[in-house]
Amino acid sequence: MMAVKKPPITTREYWAPGHAACAGCGPAIVMKLATKAFSEAMEEKYGDPNAFAIVHATGCMEVVSAVFPYTAWKAPWIHVAFENAAAAASGVEAAWKKLGRKGKILAIGGDGGTADIGLQALSGMLERRHNVVYLMYDNEAYMNTGIQRSSSTPYGAWTTTSPPGKYSIGEDKPKKWVALIAAAHQVPYVATASIGDPYDFYRKMKKAASVDGPAFVQVLAPCVPGWRIPSEKTVEIAKLAIETGLWPLFEIENGDFHNIKFQRFPKDGKFKKPIEDYLRLQGRFKHLFKKPEAIQELKNQIKELWRILGKEVELP
Amino acid sequence: MAESPFKADIERVQKEYSEKMTPGAIVYIPGSSVVNKTGSWRVFMPKFNKDKCVRCFLCYTLCPEPAIYLDEESYPVFDYDYCKGCGICANECPTKAIEMVRESK
Amino acid sequence: MPMRKVMKGNEAAAWAAKLAKPKVIAAFPITPSTLVPEKISEFVADGELDAEFIKVESEHSAISACVGASAAGVRAFTATASQGLALMHEILFIAAGMRLPIVMAIGNRSLSAPINIWNDWQDTISERDTGWMQFYAENNQEALDLILIAFKVAEDERVLLPAMVGFDAFILTHTVEPVEIPDQEVVDEFLGEYVPKHAYLDPARPITQGSLGFPAHYMEARYKVWEAMENAREVIKEVFDEFEKKFGRRYHMIEEYKTEDAEIILLTMGSLAGTLKDFVDKKREEGVKIGAAKMTVYRPFPIEEIKALAKKAKVLAILEKNVSFGIGGAVFADASRALVNEKEKPILLDFILGLGGRDVTFEQLEEVVEISKKALEGEKVEEINWIGLRKEIL
Repeated sequence: MMAVKKPPITTREYWAPGHAACAGCGPAIVMKLATKAFSEAMEEKYGDPNAFAIVHATGCMEVVSAVFPYTAWKAPWIHVAFENAAAAASGVEAAWKKLGRKGKILAIGGDGGTADIGLQALSGMLERRHNVVYLMYDNEAYMNTGIQRSSSTPYGAWTTTSPPGKYSIGEDKPKKWVALIAAAHQVPYVATASIGDPYDFYRKMKKAASVDGPAFVQVLAPCVPGWRIPSEKTVEIAKLAIETGLWPLFEIENGDFHNIKFQRFPKDGKFKKPIEDYLRLQGRFKHLFKKPEAIQELKNQIKELWRILGKEVELP
Repeated sequence: MAESPFKADIERVQKEYSEKMTPGAIVYIPGSSVVNKTGSWRVFMPKFNKDKCVRCFLCYTLCPEPAIYLDEESYPVFDYDYCKGCGICANECPTKAIEMVRESK
Repeated sequence: MPMRKVMKGNEAAAWAAKLAKPKVIAAFPITPSTLVPEKISEFVADGELDAEFIKVESEHSAISACVGASAAGVRAFTATASQGLALMHEILFIAAGMRLPIVMAIGNRSLSAPINIWNDWQDTISERDTGWMQFYAENNQEALDLILIAFKVAEDERVLLPAMVGFDAFILTHTVEPVEIPDQEVVDEFLGEYVPKHAYLDPARPITQGSLGFPAHYMEARYKVWEAMENAREVIKEVFDEFEKKFGRRYHMIEEYKTEDAEIILLTMGSLAGTLKDFVDKKREEGVKIGAAKMTVYRPFPIEEIKALAKKAKVLAILEKNVSFGIGGAVFADASRALVNEKEKPILLDFILGLGGRDVTFEQLEEVVEISKKALEGEKVEEINWIGLRKEIL
């Protein structure tokens, strides 16, 4: 009698359907997988898969999921404000400590609520070594307010506040990597991930939930309307980001920048797919194809990013 | 017959769902979003060909709602009450066991 | 046996926090309230207070952490003043809207600009719309007592609103006065433990806090906050009664001093009330029919008590350390609202004084009485009067 195949992720559910996320929403996939991964880690560590609470910043995922009188969440969950998820999470963690409640706190924010307005609170939480995982779902702009640029918006991207035009290439600043800022706090665990490799993301969430102390995970989660992509291509594009070298997958533990662990890194440092394959599928980069020098600038930035991470790469 | 993992939530919502204002507008019923049948959103719907399915679980892993659960043999079951027709499952399926077809209502 | 010690207002507030046994304190330093978190961290370091003290990186994070802790179901406390309170502004509305019984001590200090570290009420007055209850202390004993009272009222199921207790910068925060520290056992009987009935973050009962309220629901949620604040009127009086029974000190929404046959009544809040009592004694010796009143509770605004007070006076002079540009002092505006439809009401006069720590002297109070007397005699006077201005530098 053959045993029935089991899925590689738990079938426990903490994210219920009926929420108002767009069809094909990348961050929605993140919400589902992150909570499942967290519960697996809590079960392994404390014998209780439910031993966690979520503190969630204002943003797309918060707004589509917790609308009085309904909620998509099946774990204890709180939303306070836009920029303070990490601070509120610090308070919840402290309360749980005093209540003797075992488990870990999961703070969630988009790049909107984290990279800019939320950076102070994030830094404070990490520096004080709270037992919190901060998960930043990165759709690379302030999506909930209608696609305005954030410091996480990549070079060349169209957003409503960085529109290409006669005098503009679109976003003209290189992407700020919050993961590296987090790693500089020398916290136990920092990782980048992408829903293009969901099981890598799942493993990293579990790891982040399992370590003692603060952790930070930055996961690429494409936005259908914001990136101007067809809804079925969300995961495919998030995978291309990895395969083209544009989105480094790595883990940094205790701020050890000299011993970064990489995932999906081609052995010879030669990425197989050109960044153009990634850009071509997205309306937000359409205008770049009239400006090949802009695409070259983007490639230079990506090469430089890898060099800072300690790797020489070749980008086709 | 496979049961949706949200069956209990659906039943609870049928009995207890209310707009009665709570202190702080706190929502006391977890998973009560099941009251919204977002299946009404879609234009295309996933058509599943079980013969081609190799149970890689990718569709189950990736569905954003989730509107895919697993039956007793771990084959995917599509929950058309909630499926928004995004097409990610069809796009990612390695054996093309899912096809997005225009829904005729 | 309650201990008697001499201490600054800041220390009294820290002692109140210690006695109330919050499980989480998150605070950031700012003059003049810095000593409150400093003293509390000493208590925690020596094991005298079993709490998590979060050394947050800003006041906005301080109140955010308190919201998180209170929402998780524990008693939470913080202290700040002036710019720090202003920085908390958006979260104050959220704390009240989420019905979290957080208590905060405020060393009443002016707001920039210009930057000024000294006393007035602008910081707390500017938060009067937030849904937080507001208490003002006349002296360091009151600072301690009102914090305990605030916790009890806040956590009452009929209220469930946060509360701030103001005490004047430097005049109280840094001035040493004798204070009776109640026994921990009696405080435990009075306050008990905070057992959250509505808001908690418990995996066994997963709830969603901080939901979005569409137009179809938002107004009802706000109405419930309104109801809670109205309920607070009764609850505060009950708690004042209980406090007197347990600790022997009596508090009022408005405390009156020699008002029985007064023609002019001077109304204020905070430490200025102490000055007024001395001033009234002096004027009474001179034969002036004058009395004083101290408003201890500013939110909910004591409407009935103002109506009752107003019946006793021909001129009600409101002395306040704040101003709302474009209209006048906030207490004057609120008192006017309380009396607006009364068939008979006294002449109401507004006196803006003591801003930015300017001492309120008997000389200034004489000017207040002079203007009030003129009004009494039917002369036309300004409704809003700035007292103690250095006209020579204007």
